Amino acid sequence: MCESGAPLPGAPIHMHTQHSDPPSLTDDARPRIARGFRLQWEAAQDSHVLLYPEGMVKLNPSASEILQRCDGAHTFTQIVAELEQRFDATALRADIAAFLNMAHTRHWVDWPSAPSAP
Amino acid sequence: MSTAAKLAPPLWLLAELTYRCPLHCVFCYNPVDFAQHSDELPTEDWIRVLREGRALGAVQCGFSGGEPMLRDDLEVLVAEARQLGYYTNLLTSGVGLDEKRIAALKRAGLDHIQLSFQDSTREVNDFLSHTRTFELKQRVAELIKAHDYPMVMNVVVHRMNIDHVDRIIGMADALGAEYLELANTQYYSWAYLNRQQLLPTREQLVRAEAITNEWRSKAGQRMRIFFVVPDYFEERPKRCMNGWGAVFLTVTPDGTALPCHTARMLPGLNFPNVRESGLGEIWYESEGFNRFRGTGWMQEPCVSCPEKEIDLGGCRCQAYMLTGDANATDPVCAKSALHHRVTDAVAEAAAGVTVPATSHPLIFRGPQESIRLSLKPPMAD
Repeated sequence: MCESGAPLPGAPIHMHTQHSDPPSLTDDARPRIARGFRLQWEAAQDSHVLLYPEGMVKLNPSASEILQRCDGAHTFTQIVAELEQRFDATALRADIAAFLNMAHTRHWVDWPSAPSAP
Repeated sequence: MSTAAKLAPPLWLLAELTYRCPLHCVFCYNPVDFAQHSDELPTEDWIRVLREGRALGAVQCGFSGGEPMLRDDLEVLVAEARQLGYYTNLLTSGVGLDEKRIAALKRAGLDHIQLSFQDSTREVNDFLSHTRTFELKQRVAELIKAHDYPMVMNVVVHRMNIDHVDRIIGMADALGAEYLELANTQYYSWAYLNRQQLLPTREQLVRAEAITNEWRSKAGQRMRIFFVVPDYFEERPKRCMNGWGAVFLTVTPDGTALPCHTARMLPGLNFPNVRESGLGEIWYESEGFNRFRGTGWMQEPCVSCPEKEIDLGGCRCQAYMLTGDANATDPVCAKSALHHRVTDAVAEAAAGVTVPATSHPLIFRGPQESIRLSLKPPMAD
């Protein structure tokens, strides 16, 4: 992935520059794209991008597959299951968790504290 | 020179909707002769510009000015931009942003609002902007929060408010700012005219940065603070606009298309107007956008410099303002033979701290001053 788009003159806001420890990613957490961010397909970039105030992150295909499922409806478990099916693979769970935790520290996604499992 | 086929499209379309502004800020980066360019593009031309920019591949759209709230078609333009797929940013002083208009902008799909402040105190805010706007800005900050926008604040920093930086950050925190940019003045246009009064001392800068760092550890994730150092205190120039004609396409109120908002000052360059040319032709083919692309235009010491691809020679406008030659190395660079013009300015400003303001009055931005100053060339000496 690469981040591009210089800030506006006199207005460099980089929403990704400071990090925090994300809350733990439980099986029933429902990640969603954070407020102020937007995921969309950009033909000119031939990729999905994540847009935020005055900036853009160009996403690689696997990042975009994960983020497209961060809709606040899919649980983490469902995201893993869909992607394992989509790529006909197993054991993607750790990679997806690592990506989501990274995305959280960059404020791209959040997940409200999940309710305790029924 | 790169061919059109290899050139990346613009990512940013900056729509400067108007040079009109209710404020009279002494550090404004609008051209000093803005009053000569008052023939504003009508709504239908802006809509065409938005569509052409999006078709090229631009994805960030900024609405600025002047004060963009003075355009009563702002909501129409934001709605069009959002529907085209732009991420829409509004840069405003907050004057004119009331409950009715912010609700309409939200409905139009506006993504982000950046609110500017001049200082933490009513006296300095109102003095520097020559208006009575401080309480209004506080009300606008509350509106922005109420409409669930991230609270992004920008404060231009200079000698007259840099010692208030603790209170400025405190005020931003009290208003619920999530992002605060402390942007040291960049010395172009009106700020260049007032440079001697606005340049801080190095001691002021060091102190302000230390205070900012204390706040960063205190506020943590609640508020993220960006401190932009003025390039006059650096040894290497900034990668201005991330490269000439590389990322940004600015359209000024009268339709002139520029690679940056101050490039109009450069002599001998004909910048195209969107009334006559399409944005694709402007971006890929115009002389103005190709003139300083890449590194082919450089002269020494840039040509043989191993860092030339990093900073691309710095800022063309600054080179022109400080050396009289738009092809020169930006004299912020310590390798420039004229670097002393920057260090001298810093030293003079520091020596002038004790000089009473009356001997060198501040020039407030305004239409009458603009007309008066348009009769003079933009160079200081």
